[in-house]
Amino acid sequence: MAEVLVLVDHVGGKLRKSTAELLTLARRLGEPSAVHIGPGAETAQVTLAKYGAHKVYVVEDAAAEEYLVAPQAEILAALVERTSPAALLLTSTSVGKEIAARVAVKTGSGVITDAVDVNAVDGAVSTTQSVFAGSYTVTATVTQGTPIVALKPNSAPIAASPAAGVIERVEVAISEAAKSARIVASEPKKATGRPELTEAAIVVSGGRGTGGDFSPVEAFADSLGAAVGASRAAVDAGWYPHSNQVGQTGKQVSPQLYVACGISGAIQHRAGMQTSKTIVAVNKDEEAPIFELVDFGVVGDLFNVLPQATEAVKAAKG
Amino acid sequence: MNIVVCVKYVPDAQSDRTFNAEDNTTDRANVDGLLSEIDEYAVEEALRLAEAHEGEVTVLTVGPERAADALKKALQMGADKGVHVCDDAIHGSDAAATSLVLAGAITKATGGSPELVLMGMSSTDGVMGVVPAMVAERLGVPQVTFASELTIEGGRVRARRDGDTASDTIEASLPALVSVTDQINEPRYPSFKGIMAAKKKPVETWSVADLGIDPAQVGLAAAWTKVTAFAKRPPRQAGTIITDEGDGGRKLAEFLSAGKFL
Ligand SMILES: Cc1cc2nc3c(=O)[nH]c(=O)nc-3n(C[C@H](O)[C@H](O)[C@H](O)COP(=O)(O)OP(=O)(O)OC[C@H]3O[C@@H](n4cnc5c(N)ncnc54)[C@H](O)[C@@H]3O)c2cc1C
Repeated sequence: MAEVLVLVDHVGGKLRKSTAELLTLARRLGEPSAVHIGPGAETAQVTLAKYGAHKVYVVEDAAAEEYLVAPQAEILAALVERTSPAALLLTSTSVGKEIAARVAVKTGSGVITDAVDVNAVDGAVSTTQSVFAGSYTVTATVTQGTPIVALKPNSAPIAASPAAGVIERVEVAISEAAKSARIVASEPKKATGRPELTEAAIVVSGGRGTGGDFSPVEAFADSLGAAVGASRAAVDAGWYPHSNQVGQTGKQVSPQLYVACGISGAIQHRAGMQTSKTIVAVNKDEEAPIFELVDFGVVGDLFNVLPQATEAVKAAKG
Repeated sequence: MNIVVCVKYVPDAQSDRTFNAEDNTTDRANVDGLLSEIDEYAVEEALRLAEAHEGEVTVLTVGPERAADALKKALQMGADKGVHVCDDAIHGSDAAATSLVLAGAITKATGGSPELVLMGMSSTDGVMGVVPAMVAERLGVPQVTFASELTIEGGRVRARRDGDTASDTIEASLPALVSVTDQINEPRYPSFKGIMAAKKKPVETWSVADLGIDPAQVGLAAAWTKVTAFAKRPPRQAGTIITDEGDGGRKLAEFLSAGKFL
């Protein structure tokens, strides 16, 4: 069976959830081989094998940590040349998409980003995307080179399927040209104890309607074990960090449940949350466009509705 | 300093965007279009840098005839001149082909030595966010993308990039390609003076062949990806909407409990 390369998404060796999703999906297309760039491969190996990695290619080169995107693209392009895989899968984050883009140009391959599903159809790799703020579903294929597909986090439920996960160390010479955009400082996001926004099963977001007080939004999120998101209006006002913005110029999320509180539902906000499975809104304006999307909506003041809902959730959970 | 800003003409997100049934490409003919909003931030940043560093701003677009509207807006904001790559051969180009044309046009517009290339982080229609990385790859210049803050000093670029897990500071030397987010500035509105002045600003129109690119390398037939089908999403089933009469929170919790979210 053909090899399918999966770029391991990790932070300093700690795997992000999307890696297991990619391995699960890769098994539909062939035999997954994980590509681990950076430190921590020995620890990651156990999990990579659990989700079906037959091989784990390990590339440890300081340049890949120190410079933005370009070195990782060179490493993957070299592996694509070496292994002629059936496909290369990555996580559809800004970095993942940019790596994919450069590998595509280097190897003369078609690239599809923001996919929510991938399948083998008549021997070809077929992807599903949701476009124009979720109003259309598009299926596409790659017609040239190695199919390179970036999949959104939460695209598939993970399923274990143990394989050998044999570590194979690979040396790739990284060119001077790739060492040009240097990461001179990196400030990790403050730990909140809440799940990561793009990975979370539940996201509770607040907008201008919070008037700057996110405490009811956070309390409700915590009762559900959810991540907290924000509209751009809330971010622009300085009420919440930009890294929590949901939308066209923020994060694209597709959780099982999305709760929009005091958010009107502008097209740019929808672009980041419309693929959520279940959508709930709390808004005091019954005409707010967000209500066009909801499975359940409460017309009311979030400062009354959320605290009561938080208590009821806590009581129900016991 | 020469600054080239790449801008895209996109269908208005407020209109009903759709596809052409014959060839599965984005319908750009039957909907109103405009300068992609995120690109306004790139134009604004270019103007500020040009003011601070005595630069000249060339605004570049690749697109159909109507894409001239996107150039016009950027010229009204204050860019010095425009370049429009307009060629029937481009219709249906994918990101890779678009990046090839952009890289060719940037090279030609700067006599082979670009200093600073600015772009928006992604377009408001395709939203892939890959073209800046592809153009940097093709030009062989440093890629400094998703800049939420930018300074240029002594031939060096310094930018803040907010990632998923960290906020990074990126440094590179010029020439460089920078893509910006909507956090970077507040784009200006064209002034009356700007609108009048734009009418006299030069705009060159180039074909793909003018860039030394074989037209067979671009367009739908040359695309490396293919849309096999598109379907309008069935409208969401109308949800339940209740008005809070003192028990809205409890009802919300009941809905979540019934949906097994607790
Ligand atoms: C280039 C560009 C990119 C953009 N990118 C994004 C993006 O990524 N993400 C994003 O979110 N936006 C984005 N926007 C902005 C977007 O257009 C909207 O301006 C923004 O989403 C509005 O945020 P909001 O819904 O919080 O505020 P508003 O539209 O002001 O809505 C506030 C809502 O709160 C309700 N409300 C007020 N008080 C209460 C209360 N006490 N209880 C309950 N409800 C209450 C009101 O009825 C109203 O519906 C972008 C815009 C541009 C031009």
